[in-house]
Amino acid sequence: MSDVLVRARGLTKRFGDFIAVDGIDVEVRPGEAFGFLGPNGAGKSSTMKMIGCVSPVTSGELQVFGMDPATHGPAIRARLGVCPQEDMLDGELTVEENLWIYGRYFGLSRREARARAQGLLEFAQLTDRRSDRVEPLSGGMKRRLTIARALISEPDLLLLDEPTTGLDPQARHVLWDKLFRLKQQGVTLIVTTHYMDEAEQLCDRLVVMDGGRIAAQGSPRELIERHCSREVLELRLDPVVSATGTTGAARGVELLGEAFGERLGERVEVLPDRVLVYTDDGEAALEAAHARGVRPISSLVRRASLEDVFLTLTGRTLVD
Amino acid sequence: MAALAVLDYFWVVYRRTWRGSVMGRFASPLMFLGSLGLGLGSLVDSASGGVNGVSYLHFVVPALIATQAMWVALGESTYQVMAYIKWNRMYRAMLATPLGVGQVLFGHLTAVAAHLSVASVIFVGVCAALGTLSGWGLVVCIPLAVLTGMAFAIPLFAVTATLDSDEPMSIIFRLVVTPLMLFSGTFFPIDSLPVALQGLAWITPLWHGVELCRAAVLGGAGPGLVAAHLAVLLAYVAVGAWAARRTFTRRLVP
Ligand SMILES: Nc1ncnc2c1ncn2[C@@H]1O[C@H](COP(=O)(O)OP(=O)(O)OP(=O)(O)O)[C@@H](O)[C@H]1O
Ligand SMILES: [Mg+2]
Repeated sequence: MSDVLVRARGLTKRFGDFIAVDGIDVEVRPGEAFGFLGPNGAGKSSTMKMIGCVSPVTSGELQVFGMDPATHGPAIRARLGVCPQEDMLDGELTVEENLWIYGRYFGLSRREARARAQGLLEFAQLTDRRSDRVEPLSGGMKRRLTIARALISEPDLLLLDEPTTGLDPQARHVLWDKLFRLKQQGVTLIVTTHYMDEAEQLCDRLVVMDGGRIAAQGSPRELIERHCSREVLELRLDPVVSATGTTGAARGVELLGEAFGERLGERVEVLPDRVLVYTDDGEAALEAAHARGVRPISSLVRRASLEDVFLTLTGRTLVD
Repeated sequence: MAALAVLDYFWVVYRRTWRGSVMGRFASPLMFLGSLGLGLGSLVDSASGGVNGVSYLHFVVPALIATQAMWVALGESTYQVMAYIKWNRMYRAMLATPLGVGQVLFGHLTAVAAHLSVASVIFVGVCAALGTLSGWGLVVCIPLAVLTGMAFAIPLFAVTATLDSDEPMSIIFRLVVTPLMLFSGTFFPIDSLPVALQGLAWITPLWHGVELCRAAVLGGAGPGLVAAHLAVLLAYVAVGAWAARRTFTRRLVP
């Protein structure tokens, strides 16, 4: 097998005049877990659909398993497992039928498809709901079923578009664990997500997308080191000037600007609900703020995360 | 055979719903025959001694076989297709697998043909059981009815794939289907219509289906005429298939 599973060069997707994906370059290697991180409308799903050969490439070059989706779509899709952002389950069919019938589309015999469905029912922890119709299942259960269904063809490459959206925290951790095991078995993963912790835990490498372009790429650690300070001071300020001695937000921001305005290596980011100070020494920054007379409702010093990288790159927080 | 896998899906759905569906298929000939064949028929026969030398029942039953196929085709190709495109999203799930648009379309159309066959067999069976008509001509009506139904279903698949909502469908029903049923020679020969309306009958599939079924049961049509009717229906099937493939691709693989 070649050393690159997915290769994109100047990959572009246009809907009419609107450019959803704007000439991105990406390489995904066998066995790795690769992430697309970005806010709503960044072009993550559009990219995933092109890789999944369900949406034609507008321009640029794309190869999956060394093949061109325009000419070898069915051959590529035969080796893919796809968990789309929206569950495309049949609500009228039972849990079990949704699994084995999907297997039939991959050319599995009825017997084989049914046998694999048994294992996947356990994977999705839906064995006791196997004969129930899908429609009344909870959102999280449907999500688990969609992911299980993507595995029925025993794919080499798994495309997961926001796999854990709608899952409760425990189910998310269970899923991460399962994805990690698939990866150990040699399955390559491509994941999109809004969750920073998910990207940090799961992805060997990732790209941050914004407005159809790639804003940055690397391993989670590399990205944090390259684009962020070591620590972050978070201050929660009072929205109004209060009688209890806290500083009002507007005045607080002004004071912080004075405190850190001229000093290199420190940057102040004002968010609707809090103020972030990027610094290499959070405690020292907190003291400096105090010295200037800033009295926040609460304060917190923490390590920089991917969330901060994202904010630095795009000027926006990721909202789920 | 990938289309067989698609048929598995429709088979599982059918197994869940067949009772209601089959009951409806029995109800339709009973209602048509009761009201038209017997009710209207006895009136026509006593007033004018039948139509073109045959009793009204013999005139209307073959036409009803073609007409019911049109109704079944409509039910299977308008709201059903819209549901798979917009709400159920089963098509999209299929297209994420090695299946292509052509195979998904072929599989679903095969399922529609199966529905048409079941409905037509039941309709013809009821007509025979009630003793209205008999003979091999009635059996030949079954494939002719399926063909008539497909001449509606396939172009309608193509049209439905271009619609954003199901509103235009009620317009299709009101402005296309109901007039078709009235002016395609089902209930009276089209030569009693003004020439403009006769032209309308010639270009739509129903009249050709009606004439073919009538020829099968009553005889009297030359081979050239039969071939012409068949050619029109097959043209609807072929052009419809070409168009459906295009509109499905545009809609489902954006
Ligand atoms: N079929 C389509 N027709 C027109 N515009 C589209 C289509 N699909 C996506 N877009 C547009 O392309 C842009 C990128 O959408 P995309 O779904 O790829 O974003 P995303 O990064 O997956 O966002 P989210 O996090 O909300 O899922 C959006 O502005 C969207 O409106
Ligand atoms: Mg998306």
